[in-house]
Amino acid sequence: MTQTDRTRAHMSQAGTPASELPLLRVTELAKSYGGLPACRDVSFDLWPGEILAVVGESGSGKTTLLKCISALLSCDTGQIEYLMRDGVMRDIHALSEAERRFLMRTDWGFVHQNPREGLRMRVSAGANIAERMIAVGARNYGKIRGAAENWMDRVELDSARLDHQPNTFSGGMQQRLQIARNLVTHPRLVFMDEPTGGLDVSVQARLLDLLRSLVTKLQLSAVLVTHDLAVARLLSHRIMVMQGGEVVETGLTDQVLDDPQHPYSQMLVSSILPV
Amino acid sequence: MTQSAQKNPAQSEAVEHGHADKIGPDPNYNFAYLDEQTKRMIRRAILKAVAIPGYQVPFASREMPMPYGWGTGGVQVTASILGPDDVLKVIDQGADDTTNAVSIRQFFVRTAAVETTEHTEEASIIQTRHRIPEKPLSEDQILVYQVPIPEPLRFLEPRESETRKMHALGEYGLMHVKLYEDIATHGHIATTYAYPVKVNSHYIMDPSPTPKFDNPKMHRMPALQLFGAGREKRIYAIPPHTAVYSLDFEDHPFEIQQWEQSCELCGAENTFLDEVVTDDRGGRMFVCSDSDHCNRKREAAE
Amino acid sequence: MYVAVKGGEAAINEAHKLLAEERRGDLAVPELSTAQIEEQLSLSVDRVMTEGSLYDRKLAALAIKQARGDLIEAIFLIRAYRTTLPRFGYSAAVDTAKMGIRRRISATFKDIPGGQVLGPTFDYTHRLLDFKLAAEEGDEGETSGSDFAELPDGVAQLDDSMPRVVDLLKHEGLIEEERPGEKPESIGDLTREPMNFPVDRDVRLQNLARGDEGFLLALGYSTQRGYGRSHPFAGEIRLGEVAVEFVPEDLGFPIEIGEVTLSECQMVNQFKGSTEAPPQFTRGYGLSFGHCERKVMAMALVDRALKGRELGEVVDSPAQDEEFVMEHSDNIQASGFVEHLKLPHYVDFQSELELVRKMRRERREADLGEKDPQAVEAAE
Repeated sequence: MTQTDRTRAHMSQAGTPASELPLLRVTELAKSYGGLPACRDVSFDLWPGEILAVVGESGSGKTTLLKCISALLSCDTGQIEYLMRDGVMRDIHALSEAERRFLMRTDWGFVHQNPREGLRMRVSAGANIAERMIAVGARNYGKIRGAAENWMDRVELDSARLDHQPNTFSGGMQQRLQIARNLVTHPRLVFMDEPTGGLDVSVQARLLDLLRSLVTKLQLSAVLVTHDLAVARLLSHRIMVMQGGEVVETGLTDQVLDDPQHPYSQMLVSSILPV
Repeated sequence: MTQSAQKNPAQSEAVEHGHADKIGPDPNYNFAYLDEQTKRMIRRAILKAVAIPGYQVPFASREMPMPYGWGTGGVQVTASILGPDDVLKVIDQGADDTTNAVSIRQFFVRTAAVETTEHTEEASIIQTRHRIPEKPLSEDQILVYQVPIPEPLRFLEPRESETRKMHALGEYGLMHVKLYEDIATHGHIATTYAYPVKVNSHYIMDPSPTPKFDNPKMHRMPALQLFGAGREKRIYAIPPHTAVYSLDFEDHPFEIQQWEQSCELCGAENTFLDEVVTDDRGGRMFVCSDSDHCNRKREAAE
Repeated sequence: MYVAVKGGEAAINEAHKLLAEERRGDLAVPELSTAQIEEQLSLSVDRVMTEGSLYDRKLAALAIKQARGDLIEAIFLIRAYRTTLPRFGYSAAVDTAKMGIRRRISATFKDIPGGQVLGPTFDYTHRLLDFKLAAEEGDEGETSGSDFAELPDGVAQLDDSMPRVVDLLKHEGLIEEERPGEKPESIGDLTREPMNFPVDRDVRLQNLARGDEGFLLALGYSTQRGYGRSHPFAGEIRLGEVAVEFVPEDLGFPIEIGEVTLSECQMVNQFKGSTEAPPQFTRGYGLSFGHCERKVMAMALVDRALKGRELGEVVDSPAQDEEFVMEHSDNIQASGFVEHLKLPHYVDFQSELELVRKMRRERREADLGEKDPQAVEAAE
């Protein structure tokens, strides 16, 4: 079974309407820093409603990959095509900066490992959530505030703290706020870079539960970078194992984690406790 | 140029404004101080600014004989558009006799020997700092604003390279985030001066630190409005009859200041009032900030 | 009855008279001549020429006199005068390798071709007030003789060849090449075109050269303390006279039009290597009119810090931040804007005052309302 077949099988299994085109198609992507390859020959399709986990140790190239496909970094060779709302696949590096930035604040979300990178620390929680709504044209204060309150609830933050600044929040709360800020405009694709990294284990578990219910409810597609196989198991449908800048194994999450084929995947799996 | 040119303006013979046409301009300087090439460069920037309403045009601001921050941008714009037949009015905080307004007026009397006036309707060019005259302006007039910080996004994003991009891409969400934050904290939009506007449905612009009371006067004003920021090296413009919209929310519409009092000198009820402290026991009175408007109203009453 | 404040004009005229009196001070003390300033306050003159961007000792001395010794005010006078001068063209690049050396030191090598030349420096003076200087005032003829260095024909004793230390390193490929800007054929002119970020190094160096000495000193110092550390060594500092050449259009070849005194500093900084290039030292450059040694050293540190972007370093310290440094280095811009706060702002202040009162009123009413809804009506 080819990779695509396996994906399709998975998609119909998940009950998501099959589409002719993937949401994101990465073809032979390569990126190096000063002659040192950070990732090379990476290709994959991401289908609507699918969560893809990219796993590997630090230095495996997974974060570089995430930055390239989310247009934060330019890539040396290869193509990254995204299915625009008009149904056309377009290479994101060929988009004008205006189109790319528009995409980033409407169709896409980016959840950083460090919430401070994804939040405006000097404005209130409410203003953080409001920003994307305003960016797409919302101009009614009452409605914006109502939606912000609603999203505070959805990410299980006390809406009484709507006017408080994020630096009065704990790390876990800041991460919830960052998620709310990203999801308020209903993006179609979310990039997540170690979203639970740096949090206490108990906080991590609650956040994972929340993320899992949100992505299901909103039928989000996501590329999730993590070194934590437990996170990948809980959230992703499919998994891609990277080592030294290359993809060594791809498959359905359960398959790869239960029956890893590549020695490196085997090593990764055996080095963690089963979930 | 000789060294006498370096003499302090005040040490040369006093020039009484309003009668300057009897004395020629200081022969040590080019007309209106700037050399013709510099004026042409500034005029080109002005033309570009008029063609793209609200867009900040970078220009090679010159070092002027008054400090940066004291009106060098406005002075350069005025110097570039001034002709011998122009009649100039200079106001600061609405008044013709505040020290810096006097100083700038003297500068042009000395270097261009133009006629000056305090009467708003007699002036062909009005240079202002922080106010728009109360009397509506006409198509024959040009209003030149002195601008300290031209970038309305500066206090939200300090980087020029980033704000330029935000203007180019029309990414103005951050401005409304600031207004949102005002309402969330204070219950109102707490910006009272330098209140941001959208010009011709495109660029967001800082009207300079004029009170928001004056914002509606900018909307479809028949006079050409030019803005000069010398230290920051930017010129921008609002052509006559251009739409100028003060940013707000649907459910928190833009409002101007209102006073319970009327002017205690002329009785005007719809002007911007300055508060004057009259003693150290809380005594105060409110008077028009536009000195010409107030004087004329009182003269008419007598 | 209140009378609107009038007479701004009269006040200004009187203020200028007072200023003139204060400048002159006690008439019993002889007036300072610009020649005295030029000769005896020469380091002030040098700073005013450098930051005023005009090489004219006489005018700088006049500006210092007129500004009552306030150097930033004097720089301002020079800048304002400079703008009005016609511009004939640009001189050819000066060659500091051909400098008539008066001082030349290197901290990187014990000895160098041409030798170390200490020259006129405060460096090894003990900073003890010299009361003789106060005592000798008035009978000047006395201070000649043995106190002055007997230069055995001074400059003639020095080697003709004084190669620049960094050029010695360059021969071995040990130091980065100076990269010309992206458009070497058209060198920018900060005084004629607005800065557009990111800027090329030509404009950057122009900005630093006329930048405030104190600002650059503090920034340079901050790099040494770890904010953008670059491990500097003073490769070479030299002071002396350099010929200025100009190519008139109708002649087509350079002619010497005079000579200027320059201070130059070349910093040699931490090495960099990558997979493509072997390790090399990097450098920072400082140049000023006259003798402004502290300034050129600080400038070289900041220039090096600002190369962070090109060298792919992490840019996270103030001295490495191009926009921050270049937008705030000019003391004429800075002092103008800081001091403009003296201008009336009553319209803006009135607007704020009105709002603060309104918000306080609303808060009071809300507080009252919580306690007793009827009290609000009573209060109104």
